[in-house]
Amino acid sequence: MKHEDFKDNEYIDKLVEELNASGTNVVVGKLDQLINWGISNSLWPFCFGTSCCAIEFMCLGAARYDMARFGFEVARNSPRQADYIMCQGTITYRMAPALKRLYEQMAEPKYVIACGACTVSGGPFKNSYCVVKGIDEIIPVDVYLPGCPPRPEAMFYALMQLQRKIKVQRFFGGVNRKEKRKEFFDAQQVAPAVEEAQEATSENLNNQE
Amino acid sequence: MADFQEKIGNLCPEAQFDDSGEFLLVTVPDEKWHNLATALKNEMHFDYLTALVGVDWKEELGVMYYLTNTDTQDMIHVKVATTDREQPRLHSVSDLWAVANFQEREVYDFYGIEFINHPDMRRFFLRNDWVGYPLRKDYDESPEKNPIPLDDEQNEDNTYRLVEDEDGNVTRIDGKVFEDEEYVINVGPQHPSTHGVMRYRTSIEGELVKKVDVVSGYIHRGIEKMCESLTYPQTLLYTERLDYMSAHINRHCLCLCIEKAMGLEVPRRAEIIRMTMDELMRLSSHLLSYGCLTMDQGATTAFFYGFRERELIYDIFDKTCGARMSMSYMTIGGVVADVHPEFINDVRHCCDVVTEKLKEYHKLFSGNVIAVNRMKGVGFLNKEDAINYAVTGPSGRASGCHCDVRKCHPYSLYNEVEFDEVILENGDSMDRYMVRMKEMEESIKILRQCCDMLEKEGIEGEYIAKVPKLIKLPAGHWYQQVEGSRGAFGVYLESDGDPKPFQKPYRLHFQSPCFNLVGVVDLTCKDNLIADLITITASIDFVIPDIDR
Repeated sequence: MKHEDFKDNEYIDKLVEELNASGTNVVVGKLDQLINWGISNSLWPFCFGTSCCAIEFMCLGAARYDMARFGFEVARNSPRQADYIMCQGTITYRMAPALKRLYEQMAEPKYVIACGACTVSGGPFKNSYCVVKGIDEIIPVDVYLPGCPPRPEAMFYALMQLQRKIKVQRFFGGVNRKEKRKEFFDAQQVAPAVEEAQEATSENLNNQE
Repeated sequence: MADFQEKIGNLCPEAQFDDSGEFLLVTVPDEKWHNLATALKNEMHFDYLTALVGVDWKEELGVMYYLTNTDTQDMIHVKVATTDREQPRLHSVSDLWAVANFQEREVYDFYGIEFINHPDMRRFFLRNDWVGYPLRKDYDESPEKNPIPLDDEQNEDNTYRLVEDEDGNVTRIDGKVFEDEEYVINVGPQHPSTHGVMRYRTSIEGELVKKVDVVSGYIHRGIEKMCESLTYPQTLLYTERLDYMSAHINRHCLCLCIEKAMGLEVPRRAEIIRMTMDELMRLSSHLLSYGCLTMDQGATTAFFYGFRERELIYDIFDKTCGARMSMSYMTIGGVVADVHPEFINDVRHCCDVVTEKLKEYHKLFSGNVIAVNRMKGVGFLNKEDAINYAVTGPSGRASGCHCDVRKCHPYSLYNEVEFDEVILENGDSMDRYMVRMKEMEESIKILRQCCDMLEKEGIEGEYIAKVPKLIKLPAGHWYQQVEGSRGAFGVYLESDGDPKPFQKPYRLHFQSPCFNLVGVVDLTCKDNLIADLITITASIDFVIPDIDR
């Protein structure tokens, strides 16, 4: 790929700059910026490696790539202390409830990076009988990172995209994002409820017969 | 071979023989199997159950056993099958070869074959509430049957066994995994020191471990089933995602197996390159296990040391294969591209650096008081148990087993290079660690010889044989094993000789070394401190996706 072809998502920053220029509340605006700046530069990852990508994530933490430069180094083993979950590796049916639970245990604000082809879409295991075809079927995802496994450089890019997203989140509204998440989980809960209702009606029909 | 045939014929007159394959195939009716197995183990010294593979032949369900005599390295192959598909039952051999305990649970999980006299009949990989047996040919894959579960899984505390009395009546006896008064602590599945998504349910008394129940399958991806719907070159990619720390080696194994089935000759240059890659992979893997073992004991600096040298190896892979991990470099008939022009120099440089740094590692960690106290005399595994549980690789050799496939069943060009098989006697965590450290030196020795061999071959040369575009194998079955970074990795390949243009494997089974390693967790951790569970499992060193497949 040529360098010019690479599309970075800078437009978000530009948009925010433009909007800011046309006037925001000076005090609140600055405070928002400060908070976002703080959050985005001290993102603590949650160690959640299920397979190959985890090894590359370890390389990210080691000396050559050294993610401490960007404030990502404080890898936490408890979801309650972490800011984002970088899901490294295939999620199977047996692991799915555990992942969902870990996500729920994390404190707000929380973010998700789907790292590697498996978590984006099921990857090479798409046709398997027990692999979740993308973790967005279980939890909402902020950044998708393809690759099998992604190189550490790519992981950096994903993390910096997340930082960029966080830096403008106050402007675009944390409120919107929360609403979306609520919709996401509501939709999941509706599905079985509908089925139950259908079953109930079919039973009624049978009884009538 | 004829010798075995005569002996087995005397022991079991009903046995049928077929010596057309690579090993003598003995087909035994199930009623006679356990008696024959006892004789095979006790009289003919087949003490190492190399592989146990469940297969669905449509009209019958059965199991293939590969047995090895550890003194003479002879192998035989036994087939036991049943025609009952509704309630298939076979006799268990877990009382003879302890490794069969988990292996039979795997077969039960995949095929629904119940094993009579097996002590603990539970599913191994799939959830307790899974519907159907996925590796059967008539398995219903519709997502409605098994939707993505979002509720937490309930612990399976109940187990059962089937007991046969003298008249041949089989009764079911229900039991519990843990007694009610036992205090059970859960470790995992998301725990930083289990090296992946592994779960142990540990019964403890005070701080001493009484029993460890391994709950696996959190990364079970159904690779074997998927392979049955892919062509041979397509199946290669999954081997690298089993044990990603011996990606090249696993792929080499499947390539060798398919080449053996095709009767294909691989160019010498390709074999040298493959061998070099294998050893680089082993070096990288041992460096990682050094890093992880040290970090599990709190020595974070040592972890960074290990990873510093691994980057050198990654760079070599990156230059030649174009990727740091999951290289997809070897292929049927050779390798996909010739090596990078700087390859030989890079490998030599890497050897020099690692040789130098190994001294630093020893200085930093091997003699450290904390390390010695935590590893010396902890987690014993004696030679007998190691063979019985089919523990191979560095962990097996730390217990004094002569189990290096590179020496026992030389493949590739390993009989042309000089190296020593590292064998230690104590079988504790310390020895398992030391075997790895010494094996790195041996790998460097091999790498240096490989460089010389490659140099002799010239800068360029034939790196891939002429392979037909559509690969077709005759009907039959083959077994190939290689020495992975963690033990003997085996591939069982069965082809039905399908004449269609895109032939697919009828059954492809990966006999992963880590699957056997996890079987000794209970044995080695028993009566040790709960804190040592982590060091012992780290020194046994398994990769979870390799267990679950």
